[in-house]
Amino acid sequence: MTTVPELTEDFLPADNGSTAPLLSVKDLSVTFPTDDGDVRAVRNVSFDLNAGDVLGIVGESGSGKSVSSMAIMGLLPGSARIEGSIRYRGQELNGRTYKQMQPFRSKHIAMIFQDPMTSLNPVYSVGWQLAETYRAHHDVSKKAAWAKAVEALELVGIPQPDKRAAQYPHEFSGGMRQRVVIAMAIINDPSVIIADEPTTALDVTVQAQILDTMLRLQAETDAAIIMITHDLGVVAGMVNRVQVMYGGTVVESGPVDDVFERPRMPYTVGLLGSVPNPASLGKRLTPIKGAPPSLVNLPTGCSFSPRCPLVTDVCHEWEPHLEEAGRPDHRTRCHRWEHLAAHEQPQRLFLHDEIGTVENPAVFAAANPDESLEVTAVHGTLLDEESK
Amino acid sequence: MIRYIIRRLLISIPILLIGSFACYVLVATAGNPLAEMRFRPGVTEADIRAAEISLGLDKPIVVRYWNWLTDFLSGDWGQSIALGQAKQAVFPAVTDALWTTGRLVIGAELLALTLGVSVGVLAAVKQYSIFDYLATSTAFLMFSMPIFCVAVIVKNYGIQFNNVLESMGLDRWLTTAGPRPGGFSGDLGDVIFKYTGTFLLPTVALMLISFAAYSRFERASMLEILHSDFVRTARAKGISQSRVVFRHAFRNALIPVATLFSLNFGAVLSGAIITETVFGWAGMGTLLVNSVRQFDPAMLMGWLAVTATLIVLFNLVADVVYGILDPRIRLG
Amino acid sequence: MANINLASEGGVVSSAPEAGAHEFDSAKTRTQGQLVIRRFLRHRLAMVSLGVFVFLVLFAFVGPFIWTYDFEDVSSRSYQPMSGTHPLGTTQVGKDMLALLMRGTGYSLQIALIVAALATAIGVTFGALAGYLRGFVDAALMRLVDLLLIIPQIAVAAIVVKGFSGSWYVVALVLAAFAWMQIARITRGETLSLAQREFVEAARACGATTPRIIFKHLVPNMIGSITVNATLAIAAAVLTEAALSFLGLGVQPPDTSLGVIVLENYGQFLNRPWLFWGPFIVLVSLSLAVNFIGDGLRDAFDPRQTKVRA
Repeated sequence: MTTVPELTEDFLPADNGSTAPLLSVKDLSVTFPTDDGDVRAVRNVSFDLNAGDVLGIVGESGSGKSVSSMAIMGLLPGSARIEGSIRYRGQELNGRTYKQMQPFRSKHIAMIFQDPMTSLNPVYSVGWQLAETYRAHHDVSKKAAWAKAVEALELVGIPQPDKRAAQYPHEFSGGMRQRVVIAMAIINDPSVIIADEPTTALDVTVQAQILDTMLRLQAETDAAIIMITHDLGVVAGMVNRVQVMYGGTVVESGPVDDVFERPRMPYTVGLLGSVPNPASLGKRLTPIKGAPPSLVNLPTGCSFSPRCPLVTDVCHEWEPHLEEAGRPDHRTRCHRWEHLAAHEQPQRLFLHDEIGTVENPAVFAAANPDESLEVTAVHGTLLDEESK
Repeated sequence: MIRYIIRRLLISIPILLIGSFACYVLVATAGNPLAEMRFRPGVTEADIRAAEISLGLDKPIVVRYWNWLTDFLSGDWGQSIALGQAKQAVFPAVTDALWTTGRLVIGAELLALTLGVSVGVLAAVKQYSIFDYLATSTAFLMFSMPIFCVAVIVKNYGIQFNNVLESMGLDRWLTTAGPRPGGFSGDLGDVIFKYTGTFLLPTVALMLISFAAYSRFERASMLEILHSDFVRTARAKGISQSRVVFRHAFRNALIPVATLFSLNFGAVLSGAIITETVFGWAGMGTLLVNSVRQFDPAMLMGWLAVTATLIVLFNLVADVVYGILDPRIRLG
Repeated sequence: MANINLASEGGVVSSAPEAGAHEFDSAKTRTQGQLVIRRFLRHRLAMVSLGVFVFLVLFAFVGPFIWTYDFEDVSSRSYQPMSGTHPLGTTQVGKDMLALLMRGTGYSLQIALIVAALATAIGVTFGALAGYLRGFVDAALMRLVDLLLIIPQIAVAAIVVKGFSGSWYVVALVLAAFAWMQIARITRGETLSLAQREFVEAARACGATTPRIIFKHLVPNMIGSITVNATLAIAAAVLTEAALSFLGLGVQPPDTSLGVIVLENYGQFLNRPWLFWGPFIVLVSLSLAVNFIGDGLRDAFDPRQTKVRA
């Protein structure tokens, strides 16, 4: 555990001459002790975030992306061992108590959670919850806070905000609730917003609206955003930098176009190949075989080695470092990235026979890779008849 | 809300009617109140027949039920017909017993609820602490404990405590054989002394049991809610830990326990049978046990009718409480 | 990931590995049943409790063949203290307390096991039927429960036992008549959610009959909660039977159960405490042991709750 520097009540704005990034995470590792052994949820994750940045963190469930964000917020359970440093405007956050983190949450780093259906308190009105968030950091009357809440609801595009504020969460639809959650995240005008799968629980059409709202607010407030998602479509449309996580650590990072067009890590290739898109119509989907590693018994060497088509002996021996892969700012954690770069059609590395060809254009409606695979597999069986 | 309550009350009428009829049949078939008469010297068949007719036992059961029901609803709850006992009107006997039970149980239940909820919340917030282990294992132990043994142990340690007081030259304080007849008198100190002495032991016995149930229940629901998404949201707001626990988690965890309490209350009013028996309180529980022992149909029916009505009423109270505490439920 | 649920996130306890996953798993793959048994065996308190329970069963059913005194034997002197011949002393009428305890434990166990078996059978059948068929069956079941809820169990038990003589099976039947409701409620709830799952749809699409779906598809999926609740029903039945007998409304003398023994001897609490503490300890160990076994089973079937020391 790092020593905690003296706490300043108000975090100074960035323009005080210091060149420290807004948020700097260095060698962050999170371990949970369990009866079955230590779960190494996050290992050696580092990144910097500057004002106005939109960073995407991509990976399957269990890759450690949510745990990292909870570590930044200081919201992990007490049993979690958090190593490394998390600096906000140069001040160390790791090792702070709940109380020491309190003035910082929502005021400086706010969070948007995945499931809008469960992330609002069911027994208080939406306005009450927003006003509470505002009053936690501003010494104003309840009435003024309520007015601020109505204003925030209006900002995220909720019609009739003054009327809706008095309603309870169950009176809102999923998309509207997620707008409320976003309103709660922006009400204190934070410098960093961490959005943990903000659209996963929503319908596709609503997803687009929510992302649109977030982009608009980002442009208006100039907050930095960390967008955590497994949805590559979201990443492509929104972020400027992306980090791909696998087995609790970052396996590739760089500018989003670079990473998507010239992936330098076989896992990223596999991830991209698992998503149907119009360009691959008639071609085969190339999903990755196998399942993510157990975080208790990580494979020795590269954690992706058991599933990697390019695997060689060295991959089983030691885990590579995150190193620059040919282009500035594009890093990969792969022994074999040069082989990968030499490949004409890297997608074909993952070709195998179990999965059929994409025939049905309707598949593209669902950007979620898991869902779309299901659609291709089950269409038109007796079951559909029965469930009607 | 009022419309909902009225509708619920109307719905409970058929349930109460069917329930009371089932009870009536059960009581009527379970035993003959005149059975004992046969064994008495000098009782002839004609005497028994006369008694049967005077009690209406010769008529079919539906007619008898109908007669009982109309009498009951018009306020005539009948007479106790237990043999070898002075005749006793059912209505005052049941209301007296209810009052006695109420005096004992209301305080004990409220104390148990307060204590149980506080301990449950604290144990959940400090999960896996020494306090949590202590509270959880105590609750588990009490939960596995036969109630009558707890009552017997409490009573006997009370007696020993009295003996110690006496050997020190003080008055015996704790009562182990029912409340004094005729209330409390004397100066204020005296009244408090007698009052606490009367209530302390049975209250402690009742509390120990109910407390265990409430604290287990509250701990479980608190834990579930403390791990819920909206509590995480609350923490992310930058509000204090205590505000998260009380304004957000506890407010939600209150809903199931308040419902449970209301439901329990109706049942508890039907008599803390064991505590009453051990401590000699002439409440609903004792009334039931005595009426069954002497096989007293009128008294049993009065008892069952009052109890069933109380349970139905408190079920309604539970639903109303739920509706008030949880905005997701709209009664109507 | 809605939660930092390590069980699902890290695949730490992935008891049923997804297809293809096992080839990368370093640990040997085990079936669900083996895992449950292994977890139960590792639950120390549950294992101790199982030992206590087995001991009590032997004590109750084998003990009487070994021990010199019979529970009905009144030949000994009244109120003898604890000694070599009477390890727990004798009662007022000169019965050997140890022999009484053996008989009482046996009776309590017998009643409790039958109550639990009956209550589970009725509760699971009714609960699954109501949850699966819904509609009329469900409504009828709920009304029946409503009806039974407004009549206190103790009153019915008392009246029935009084009216139809207190044979032990009458006591057991009355207790079961009330104990099934809890299990039915839980089973109904689980069935409601299970019935929405694909495998039930699939079974129905294949033309499986309702009883087949319930007993071949639904019940095996609820075996965890059924086992746990059946165990807890045993513990509850032990205590309820003892309480009824203590009130003189359960097992009737000259036969005996743990409740009857306490009733007959608690007056001696201060003068001859062993006459109270003997049956008390047996009763509490029985109830605690069964509850702990239930707890261990719950953990074994559903390890998520206790996995992470959060």
